[in-house]
Amino acid sequence: MKRLGITVAAAALIFFAGYAALFIAPDESTMHAIQRVFYVHLPLWMVMYSALTVAFIANIAWLATRQIKWDWLGVSAVEVGVVACTGGLATGVLWGKPAWGIWWTWDARLTTAFLLWLLYIAYLLLRGLLEDPERRATLSAIFGIFAFLDAPLVYASNRLWRTQHPAPVIFGGDNSGLNPTMGKVLVICILAMLPVMILLLVDRYRLERMRHEVEELRLAVEARAADSNPAVTRSTA
Amino acid sequence: MSTTRSAAILLAKELRLEFRTRELLTGTVIFVLVVIVLFSFAFDPTAADSRRYGPGLLWIAFLFAGSLMLHPSFAREQANQTLDALRMAPISAFAILLGKMLANFIFLAIAEIVLVPVFAVLYNVPLTGVAGRLALVLGLGTLGLVITGTVFSAVSAHARMRELLLPLLLLPILAPLLIAAVEATASLFAEQPALDRTWLTFLGGFDIVFLTASWLLCDFLLEE
Repeated sequence: MKRLGITVAAAALIFFAGYAALFIAPDESTMHAIQRVFYVHLPLWMVMYSALTVAFIANIAWLATRQIKWDWLGVSAVEVGVVACTGGLATGVLWGKPAWGIWWTWDARLTTAFLLWLLYIAYLLLRGLLEDPERRATLSAIFGIFAFLDAPLVYASNRLWRTQHPAPVIFGGDNSGLNPTMGKVLVICILAMLPVMILLLVDRYRLERMRHEVEELRLAVEARAADSNPAVTRSTA
Repeated sequence: MSTTRSAAILLAKELRLEFRTRELLTGTVIFVLVVIVLFSFAFDPTAADSRRYGPGLLWIAFLFAGSLMLHPSFAREQANQTLDALRMAPISAFAILLGKMLANFIFLAIAEIVLVPVFAVLYNVPLTGVAGRLALVLGLGTLGLVITGTVFSAVSAHARMRELLLPLLLLPILAPLLIAAVEATASLFAEQPALDRTWLTFLGGFDIVFLTASWLLCDFLLEE
């Protein structure tokens, strides 16, 4: 019942944020309507970076503590991060065509996001190809840590190389700043998107835990069947 | 036994194993040659084009070659469970990893020593005067490639479809290294060669970050 309440509250907040982004936020002077994709775009990136940070911490925690729950949290956070990353890339591409005149450019932020997407898809692929649960947890945690360390290097190298993405508007220096109403709408959108991420994360974590339980029960049933019927043991051995 | 000494012994073992057949080295050299030849068909470069695209071609070829040749590094320990034997020996996990990294570095470096002059001849890129600085760039770039590549070779060795998995894990991680290595090499292939120190420092930083991470994580990487 409590979960239902939280879910309904998060859904209401998202609807309100959508309404605010479409109808309350003032029109942007040069880009007009297309600028409103920003109210989805930025919160999605914040979700992605928070989720991947959670995954990084979970990966280290698994190696340090060997409690399998950290592995569940790691894979859940990576999946949420990949979903947010896909959304962020898609909204960015939709915005890029009218604003820049091109769908895509190899700018520092865009390239970093795309490479992170590829790296964490590889993480999920790696997990699918490893059989033993403990080994899967350890090796994917090591890869996750390497991938997370790579992100700042990708960004720095592209930044040194070339960059086109709009500089941070909100804390970007003297001439920057956001219309106060736009700022408020943006805060609402971020506050609405983060509970969605947490709900997804919690649900995915529960799913992973249930999968683990099913696996343990299956092994227990097989062990019991083998105990009561020695013939089975012989045939499977 | 100290880590350096055990790593040296393991390095000698890897080298002896390879130089009995030389199949990994021959395969790598031929693979890169094929890529270089196919590239000239695909783009038909003039001398000016070679200066522009040459460094990228060279490094892409090395990265692909590395992602293929690093695979046996741990996979061939599995045939007779020799990795278990190595882990039972009273040596640190980092010594095993370090021995393999050094061996892979030597294999790739030998391939590069053979291939870079061939590339220079085929694409009309003069190397005289920049050979020493080019060796430095190649060395730092190859070091980053073998550090991450050897670790991921150990990661992918336990997985299904591991031959395909290693490039998928390795190549995106190497994206910053590729940019830095290509830019540093391009600064040496220019009309007025001048080594770009920013990119050289970046390559060194990449090597240090991932060598440290490998050192911290090697016990988990090689546990049974």
